[in-house]
This record gives sequence, structure tokens and C-alpha cells, in this order.
Amino acid sequence: MNRTTRRITLALFAASAVALAAPASAQPKAGEPLKIGFVYVSPVGDAGWTFQHDTGRKEMEKALAGKVTTKFIESVPEGADAERVIRELAATGHNLIFTTSFGYMNPTIKVAGTFPKVSFEHATGYKTAKNVGIYNARFYEGRYLAGIVAGKMSKTNVAGYVAAFPIPEVVMGINAFARGMRSVNPKAEVKVIWVNSWFDPGKESEAANTLISQQADVLTHHTDSTAAVQAAEAKKVYAIGYHSDMSKYGPNAHLTAVTHHWGNYYTKVAQSAVDGKWAQTNVWGGIKDGMIKMAPYNKVVPADVQALVKTAETDIASGKLNVFTGPMKDNTGKERLAAGKAITDGDLSKMDYYVEGVVGKLPTSK
Amino acid sequence: MRFHLEPRPEPSRLAGWLSPLVATIAVLGIGFVLFSAMGKNPWHALYVFFIEPVDTLYDVGELLLKASPIMLCAVGLAIGYRANVWNIGAEGQLIMGAIFGGGVALAFHDSASPLVLPLMLVAGLLGGMAWAAIPAFLRTRFNANEILVSLMLVYVASFILSLLVHDAWRDPEGFNFPQSKMFTDVALLPNMVAETRLNVGFLLALAAVALGWVFMRKSLVGYQMRVAGLAPAAANYAGISARRTVWLGMLIGGGCAGLAGVGEVAGPIGQLLPVVSPGYGFAAIIVAFVGRLHPVGIFFASLLMSLLYLGGEAAQMQLALPSSVTGLFQGTLLFFLLAADVFINFRLRVTYPAVIAAKAV
Amino acid sequence: MDHVAQLLILTLAAGTPLVFAALGELVTEKSGVLNLGVEGMMLVGAVVAFIVAATTKSPWLGVLAGMIAGAALSLVFAFVALTLQANQVASGLALSLFGIGLSAFIGLEYVSVVIEPIKPLVVPGLTDLPVIGAMLFGHSPLVYLSLVLFGLIQWFLFHSRAGLILRAVGESPQSAHAIGYPVLRIRYLAVMFGGACAGVGGAYLSLVYNPSWTEGMTAGRGWIALALVVFATWKPWRVLAGAYLFGGVTLAQFQAQGMGVDIPSQYLSMLPYIATILVLAFISRDATTIKLNAPASLGKSFHPYR
Repeated sequence: MNRTTRRITLALFAASAVALAAPASAQPKAGEPLKIGFVYVSPVGDAGWTFQHDTGRKEMEKALAGKVTTKFIESVPEGADAERVIRELAATGHNLIFTTSFGYMNPTIKVAGTFPKVSFEHATGYKTAKNVGIYNARFYEGRYLAGIVAGKMSKTNVAGYVAAFPIPEVVMGINAFARGMRSVNPKAEVKVIWVNSWFDPGKESEAANTLISQQADVLTHHTDSTAAVQAAEAKKVYAIGYHSDMSKYGPNAHLTAVTHHWGNYYTKVAQSAVDGKWAQTNVWGGIKDGMIKMAPYNKVVPADVQALVKTAETDIASGKLNVFTGPMKDNTGKERLAAGKAITDGDLSKMDYYVEGVVGKLPTSK
Repeated sequence: MRFHLEPRPEPSRLAGWLSPLVATIAVLGIGFVLFSAMGKNPWHALYVFFIEPVDTLYDVGELLLKASPIMLCAVGLAIGYRANVWNIGAEGQLIMGAIFGGGVALAFHDSASPLVLPLMLVAGLLGGMAWAAIPAFLRTRFNANEILVSLMLVYVASFILSLLVHDAWRDPEGFNFPQSKMFTDVALLPNMVAETRLNVGFLLALAAVALGWVFMRKSLVGYQMRVAGLAPAAANYAGISARRTVWLGMLIGGGCAGLAGVGEVAGPIGQLLPVVSPGYGFAAIIVAFVGRLHPVGIFFASLLMSLLYLGGEAAQMQLALPSSVTGLFQGTLLFFLLAADVFINFRLRVTYPAVIAAKAV
Repeated sequence: MDHVAQLLILTLAAGTPLVFAALGELVTEKSGVLNLGVEGMMLVGAVVAFIVAATTKSPWLGVLAGMIAGAALSLVFAFVALTLQANQVASGLALSLFGIGLSAFIGLEYVSVVIEPIKPLVVPGLTDLPVIGAMLFGHSPLVYLSLVLFGLIQWFLFHSRAGLILRAVGESPQSAHAIGYPVLRIRYLAVMFGGACAGVGGAYLSLVYNPSWTEGMTAGRGWIALALVVFATWKPWRVLAGAYLFGGVTLAQFQAQGMGVDIPSQYLSMLPYIATILVLAFISRDATTIKLNAPASLGKSFHPYR
């Protein structure tokens, strides 16, 4: 790079550094509604990760009617192109931007550097900046509850899990599910198939069918399509949905679902931005913050099972029950948590092993 | 009334110039109809799609940034196509270039030497060439159709990349997500225009256009390759080695694609991810044709293709149009170009048999 | 044993879209035309089939519609590549891109629609037989149809006069033209047949395999079908075997995962492509072998006036 270019670039860096040091709250012009942008990784559709985010957006828009306007862009691929889209939102007066997928992490940080007055909220990531907050939900708490339902409803004691990528978030979901299942059914087993894609209905249904052929009679998934539920319906076994209520796709198979709820959080954050009080935070909310709920139960789920789940849910919300507490061993027999100890958030976000009850070895554990 | 396509005694140069224009206008026309049918104001939609994406400095930077890898690939491919070497696997060669270049970046992650970047570029070039060498070898040694081999290798390359970012080259600090470490500053292409993301990769693409032109027009080898493409029997008779033509055609295409690949990961991406290209290698094939296999034509055609990508995005943001519109336009552009190209070598003649019969009476 | 029966059903089900698409492409290529647009035709077939099935509530009408849609799309390719004599590779690629975009476009409103899929066959008495009941009589009707298609194509290509003419056109269109056969018309028909088959393959995906519509739901199966035709050295029974092999690769990898076996999925996924390359090299290695296997005029434009 030649000297002139370098000087210009350095000057810009210096300028942005100074700008970054200034308070980074989003200030709409007096009287004008706050413009809020949402970046989605997939189409909104009728169910799934993005659908739940969009539902949250709509709830926020309703709760703060007149004070905010929102715009969303769907199917933005993660990677180099995302930066342009995020930047476009920032450059067109959107002072609060939610980027709802892990893959937007680096682009969000980059754009945040150039737009210090804009507030960014990135979901499921780990990098932050003065004007970039991160948020996530303890989905694994819902998974534990789902496990209880699965444990009680399974006749073969084998559950099937169609999973996307072996990242800690997915792994902790599998483990929580297994622990929930085993808490009511000590013989329960969870078989996992990795499809290496967040959204691939073809592969997901092949994985689901494979699991069914291997004795699984309750399926669940950590992927974005409804394929697993549909496969369960076709083969007449049970399924527990994820992200959204998927009973429409499997009226007989769908027992319940672990559903995401972002409306409360979005409303809170938007309100603080409207009031000029937005601050950078790292939020990892759970059942007690209303971020995770169980979908209505299928009528085949007995009342006592529903009651059992309700109790567990209340206990998790109150802090009485912690999903990952010792004694806890992984599925090779190694002790991971001593008796009485609860897992730390740090260890949770690095989880790279299966607990007892899950079959096989994590693809990425060395 | 019957239509005949009569061969022209000489290819029409006018048609050669007009066909890309006709194709572009046809795409605009289709767009007009499509947007109207969807209930949008067609003029506004066309504006959003084709004009607005480039109305700020940043956006022009994005246009050139996106056009660079396509341009690089297309120049290389065109040289091969002119010689009848049908490399369809530029996407795979691009991925290989990204892997080789990225590999160098990761190997020297702790170094601050200014040599890292040039080394990466060379590695990327070699990686693309190596991947293209496979279909070249199989074609010269076993007669295997290079279209199919290079196409299959695209998939193999993308699986290899997936393996690397999921496992061997995964960032240990990355929470197990499939991605490599972020490249350090010395491993990134320097910025060219502040306030944009445009990097010197664009200069590489321009250099490729220039070099490609010089090679095809002014060098003996380039001339020989063109002859080999136009009249293989004559070329053979003249002693031009068909094997050398295939090798050169594939290696040049592969090298350019490899360079494009390392340019992407050392540029806007800044690391290795499971997907490093939204189909630039395939878009380059279209661009090569729309650019009439000529480097200058390719320059303009890659800008057009880049505009289609950006326009699709803008249309999504502003008009709630689906992103699939871009693919539609790209396919349509190529179809119309191929159709319009017919008139370079053929003339349309209309005959009226009934009239002739009446005259005979 | 029941496990084996289940596996067989799954493998046949997974291979069927490939059987349809590849057999259709085989006929097209036997006439000398290389149509790279299979992916686009499958997707258009899938989306049209789904829309018609959702609107008319009849999945079989959907299959018919998918077939027609695939054939109609292939006409565009045929016109550009055969009548206008444009480069077949470029035209096919354009068709794929166009078809992918078009299908996504027209399928927009149908992404979350739920339909009644085509149910697997149930023959009273027979399907319930232990083990062989499901293995022989429990597949989707379209699976059986694909096998019938195979039989028809095998007979047509190698035991009928029309098939002989088609193959002659593929080997030497100049000679066929000299004898007086309508080369262009035959190729048009072959291309449309390929399009129709690809359309049915796509319809199978959206009406049986994954009853739904999602953008790009063929996930590259069109390209695999192209590879498959080469891998099968243009012989229908090898296409059948290869389709189940290729289709079964993902399943095999999933079975292994479910059993706790730890092979990275990418290795297995690569195999069909590498295998195809090896086969291609093997059969092309000398002039004789390639003449015995590949249609001689594959991919070359036919110029009747030259």
C-alpha cells in the first residue's frame, strides 16, 4: 500500500477511534420514531429461527407503536456480503440494528467501528465493542424440559437428535436433553446425527429417517426446517419441535416444542434506545426472562407428565434446579462436574463433550 | 412462411458488438415486465436494481470489489474457451486458491513480514493451477472430458475446504464454529480507496485483463491457442501441440481462479469459512461469454454481473423483492446473449413457399 | 432384519430422484446433446408440482404438472442450443441458473404450505408380510414408476428401431442426416424427454421425499445426476445401480453416525464425485473404449448446412 493510502487509512482509523470513545447511544431526532433494522439469515417463513425473531420484532413494534419503525432484510448470507447489508442499514439512519446470526459477528464489529453512533445487538456471538452488545438465550433449559417429555413418552428409550454443527450451543442442547430424559428414564439413550447445515430439509429428513430406523421413537432437532417433525409424522413416531411450534407439520407426532421468544428483550432494548439510554450488555437470558417457553402439549401427553415439566420449569426459573449440576460424567466416564457443583457459564460456552446417555463421540473432540 | 438460418460467408462484426447490448436490453425488458407483474412501479424497480446500487462512493467500491474475482476468473477462462478448452471448474479452482493462500496465512500467523501477502498470492495461484492440472492431465493422458472432470472437482474442492475449517484448521478460540483464525493485517490485501472496501485485488484483476489482452493478441502462444480453437485440424497440421494447448488453457484458467480465491479470503472475508464464494466461478463463465471471450468485453461484463448481484440485494432491501431475482436475471442474460450470438454466424431468412408456388403457376 | 428392510426402503427412496433425472439425461445425451441444466429443470418441476398439488389437492396432478414444467423449460434450452446452435455447455449452464432463480421466484408464496404427500404403497395382504412385505411392496408408487421407466428406456434404446435411430443420431448426426432422419427433431424430443424426467424427479422430491417447497431443495442432485450418467457409462442399468449408490452415500454416512462410528462426513460425500472422475478417465483412455461408451457427438453442435 502506498504512503498516501496508508496515511488516509491511518487518519480514518484515528478518527474512528476518537469517535468510538464518545458515548455510543443512539439518539433519534426529537419527535421522529427510532429506525430499527433487523438482519435475518434465512427467510421468515412460517416456523424456525428467523420466524421467531420476526415475531419478536412485531411484538416490539406493537408495544412501542409510534416510537419506532422497523425494517428487516431476510436471507442475508453470512460472510463478506453481510457487511454491505449491515452497513446499508447503518448508513440509512437505522440507529439500532439487530444481527440475528453467529456468522454476522465479524461484519457487525467492522461496521460498528465505522458507525460509532449506531447501536448494534448481535445474537449468539462472543465479540463485543463499545457499541455492540450481544444476546443469547439459554435454550438448553427448554431442552431439559423437552427431555423429560421425551423420557416419559418414549417406548424404545431411544431418542433421535438431528443436529446442525457441533458447536457448544448445539452440544449443550443435546446434553441438556439427555439429562432431562435420563432424569425420568435412567435407561434412555440419545443418538445424534450431524447434518452440517443449519437448513437442509433433504438431509434433515434423511437423518431423521435413519434415526427412526435405529429405534428412535422421539425425534428432536437443532436445525432450521420442519423436516424432522414431518419425518416423524410420516413414520408415526413422536417429535419435539424447536424454535417454533411445529404442530401444523406433524399433528400426531408433535408432542411439544422448545420455542424462542425475543419480544420482551427487543422491546426492552428498543425502549432504552428510544430513551437515549442504550448501553452495551452481554445478555444470556433463560426461562425466567421469558425467552424460552414450551409449546402447547399434544393431547397424548398425560397430565402428570405436563405437571412434572411445569414443576421443573418453575424450579429452573427460580434457580432451584440447575440443568448442569454435578455429579456429572461425560459419556466416556470422565467426571466433568463434582457433586454439588454447578457448571459455570464459561465452561458451558466451551462444551465439547457428550454427557452420559448420548451415543458416540463428538466429531470435533480430539 | 418459413424461417431459415443461413450461414454467413463471414462472421458479422456488427452482430458481435450488438449481441451483448441486445442481451442486456432484453434483461432490462424482462425486468420491466417482471416488476410490473409483481405490482411494483417498474421504472422505480429498475432504478433500484440498476442505478441505486452504485450511487455512492462506497457502493462503487462494492461494485468493483465484487467484480474483481469474477473478472479474474473470466479472463482466464476465456483464454481457455478460445482454445476449445472447456474449464467449467473455475469455482473449484477458486476454492483451492483460497485454501492454499489461506494455508500460508495461517502458517505464518505469527509473522509480521511484508512477504506474507505476496507468498499467499503465489500460493493461491499455484493452488488453482494445481487443481486445474487434474482435468488437464486426465484430458491429455486419458481423453477424459474436461467439462465433467472440472465440474466434479468443484464438489471435491468444497468438501476439502469444509473438512479443513471444521477440523484441522479450525480456530481453537472460535467456540468450535467452522472457521479458521482471522488473518492478521499482513495477510490481508491493502485497502485501495479509503471509505470503501475496495482493495488492491481490483488492480490484480485489471492486470489480468491487460495481460490477457496482450497474451491473446500479441503473443505467439496466444495466437496459436486461438488457431487451435478455431481450426483444430489446421492447427495440428501446423504443428501446434494440442496437448500444450490444453495444459495452457487449463492452467491459465486455474491460476486466475486461484488468484481470485485468495483475493476473496485475503480481502472481504479475512479468514477461511466453509463457503468462500457465492458462485463467482460459475458467474465468470457467463461473464466470459457475455464479454465475447475478449478481455475488454469481460471487463464490462463483470461490472454488469456485479451490478446484478448488488441490484438483487438492493431490490430485496427496498422493494421486498426476493433474492432469487438475481439468478433469474443472470440466466436470462446468458440465454439472450447466446440467442443474439447466433446472428454473428448466421443470417435470418424468411421464405414464403406459397408465393413461390403461385409464381410458378 | 427389519432394520435391513428399512435401510433398503430408505436407499431406494433416496436414489429415486436421481434415477428419474439421470435416466432422462441419459436419453438426451444418447442423442448427442449435453444438457447441463438438469438442476434447473428438477427445481422447476419440483415447485410447479408442489404448487399444483397444493392448489388442486391432488399430488398426482402435481406429478403430471412437474413433468410438463420440466419439459417446457427444456424447450428453452433446446431452442437456444439446437435451433440457434449456441454452445451447449453455456446454454445448459444458463438453463440451470435460470431454473434455480425461476423456481425460487414462483415458489415464494408456498414456502410454508403443507400438503398431503403421496403415501407409500399399501397392498392389502402383501405389504404386511414380515420383512419382504415392506421391502417389495412398501415403497412409494413413484419408486416403482422409476423402475418401470428404467425398463422402458432399456427396451426403447436397445430393442426398438426408434431407439436405434436416436443412438445413431448421437453417434453421427451427419450420417443420420444424410440418410434422411430428422436430426433436429429427434434431438428436440430427446431433450424434452430429459426435461420431463427431470421434472418428475423434482416432483418426487417436493411431493414424496420432503413434502414441502424450499428454495434449492434439490441440493445439487441435478449435478449428481449428470455425474451419474457418466459414471454409468451411458448404460441404463448402471444408472440405476449408481443412483442408489450415490443416493445412499449420505444415508450410509448417517447410519454410521447414528451407530457412533466417527468418520468425517465430507470424506464419504466426496466419494461419488471422485469415483465418477476415475470412471471417466478409465473409459476414455483409448479411442476404442470411448467409442464403445460415450455418444460420439456429445456436446457438439450439429450444423446441417456444413
